[in-house]
Amino acid sequence: MSGAVLRMGDVVTSFPGPEGRIPVVDGVSLAVEAGEVLALVGESGCGKSMTALSAMRLVPKPGRVDTGTIELAGRDVLGLSVSEMRRVRGGDAAMIFQEPMTSLNPVQMVGSQVVEAIRLHERISAAEARRRTIELFDRVRVPDPEERFETFPHQLSGGLKQRVMIAMAVAMRPRLLIADEPSTALDVTIQAQILELLRELQRELGTAILLITHDLGVVNELADRVAVMYAGRLVEEGERSQVLGSPRHPYTQGLLQSMPSRARHRERLHEIRGVVPRPHDWPEGCRFSTRCERVIERCRTQVPGITEVSPTQRVCCHVVADEVAR
Amino acid sequence: MESHVLSNIVVASLLAGGVLALLAARRSDLWRAAGGELLRRRPIALAVIAAFVLIALLDSVSWIGGGDPSAEGSVLALHQPRTVIDRLFPADFKERSYSAPLADFEFYDGAPLANPGAHLLGTDILGRDVLYLALKGARVALLIGGLTSLIVIPLALLMGVTAGYFGGRVDDVVFFVMSTLASIPTLLLLIALIMALGRGPVQVCVAMGVTGWVGFCRIVRGETFKLRELDYVQAARALGVSEARIIFRHILPNLMHLVVITFVLLFSGLVLSEAILSYLGIGIDGSWGQMIDQARDELARDPIIWWNLCAASAALFCLILAVNFVGDAVRDILDPRTLREKQ
Repeated sequence: MSGAVLRMGDVVTSFPGPEGRIPVVDGVSLAVEAGEVLALVGESGCGKSMTALSAMRLVPKPGRVDTGTIELAGRDVLGLSVSEMRRVRGGDAAMIFQEPMTSLNPVQMVGSQVVEAIRLHERISAAEARRRTIELFDRVRVPDPEERFETFPHQLSGGLKQRVMIAMAVAMRPRLLIADEPSTALDVTIQAQILELLRELQRELGTAILLITHDLGVVNELADRVAVMYAGRLVEEGERSQVLGSPRHPYTQGLLQSMPSRARHRERLHEIRGVVPRPHDWPEGCRFSTRCERVIERCRTQVPGITEVSPTQRVCCHVVADEVAR
Repeated sequence: MESHVLSNIVVASLLAGGVLALLAARRSDLWRAAGGELLRRRPIALAVIAAFVLIALLDSVSWIGGGDPSAEGSVLALHQPRTVIDRLFPADFKERSYSAPLADFEFYDGAPLANPGAHLLGTDILGRDVLYLALKGARVALLIGGLTSLIVIPLALLMGVTAGYFGGRVDDVVFFVMSTLASIPTLLLLIALIMALGRGPVQVCVAMGVTGWVGFCRIVRGETFKLRELDYVQAARALGVSEARIIFRHILPNLMHLVVITFVLLFSGLVLSEAILSYLGIGIDGSWGQMIDQARDELARDPIIWWNLCAASAALFCLILAVNFVGDAVRDILDPRTLREKQ
């Protein structure tokens, strides 16, 4: 049996536009191995979240996954019935979101929301579910779990809410946890605590994490492997040390250079000029060609193939391909 | 089945339902706390509403027989069901025409009254006791407000939530129905419906319900649209919660504050609009609206007959004011976003 919890092959997810369907995820292939943390990084609007939602078959209408294969915990996600898919969600794979402020139902006590999540997947009594919830709260370091059980979301801080969300997500010991910007909306100190908690859970429960973020600091903290996404496509993938230490794709290099901590004192911070183009004006050939500093003629016409720069590091770039060939 | 038996059964089931709801609410800390808080904030308004409800209930329980057979006009009464309120005001507690509050003589010709000084609010043109009529109006008002809300709110919730949540074709259909209804002048549609259905109290309520749900449905649809996209609904989907459960656990409870506000506004609005229907001559018999309508002519008389209008208006005013006060407080208390932190 392969160790991959999530395996996506050539997934295309699109939304209808004025002139036919516009792909927002365009041929993404990636695999998350059991127990590892894969970070999916990129600027806003390059399809990270849509990739994750595709994996859970949660792409909001009228978007849909057009082609490709998605295998989650050994099951073909795209072939499952609606009710089978519901069992996978929250059971084998769970998700936590960016905004803890709005991720909990404001008119329901937080405890009963977790109880509900547990009882969706397991036929146990309310009392038993309550006991389990308090255990979970304890595990995700919610202080005074018994008392917190009966509070409403507005009575909790952002960090506590995110802990409750995590408790809910790991209640069924999922094999994959998709964390969509789990710490972006939190204070820096709370951010570190939440990341610490995620790492702890990953180690103790053996849960694989697909971490979606644009914060390379978070990647450095948590990730085993990194996949960089640009304009709906993967541009570079490899071990954390490889991608962060010796990035090959010009986009990854640009991202790393624009991190404030890497800039020397009083030196102007590097920037990647321009913004991620909107899906309907993605260029031909390499999509980064409009912003790339090392662009060559071929970039504007031909889509670059995958170049293996090492057994574990892959890059999609003509320039890198030429360098390797030489 | 005879109508007074039906009415008694309705009262009994309302009472039973009320007791059951109270018992269920007592078991939940949240509701018990909310009830206590409401009682603390709005004791007078609650008492006023309770008094109106009590009068309406007493006016809904009726049976045949009893009373003094020797009294004048009681032969007919013996074979008709009479309510508790009816029995409090015997059949001979009448005059021949107008008399001022607590007067000893008739208003116009000065003839001595049959019951001098006993009519607290005077009598109307037919000599009926105004207090009695005003008390009878409470039942009609609660019936109008309650029954119509019972039609409007579920209908609007059903249509609004399905349209807002599922969108697409369903939304198109609901929106079409709403737009069609909204483009017909409400009053004309109301009159047409009452003409078609007949002029009973239930028919009037149904007609007002059918014409009145569009506004609330729009609000519900818009709010559901918003809620559907919220993170906790997305999170519920990501946890494998089914659509029906999302609607019942996450959408509907978050619409409850709207239901409370709407119920209050609707209730007062309906009682008031019945007054307009009465003015047009198609209201419900015995309503305050009808009393006010009759008082129109009396205001033009010289000397002026004011007690009829005052009694009906004061009763209407008190009920609606109390309902508005309580509704406001209930919304503040039930909406956890405005809930104060526990000490």
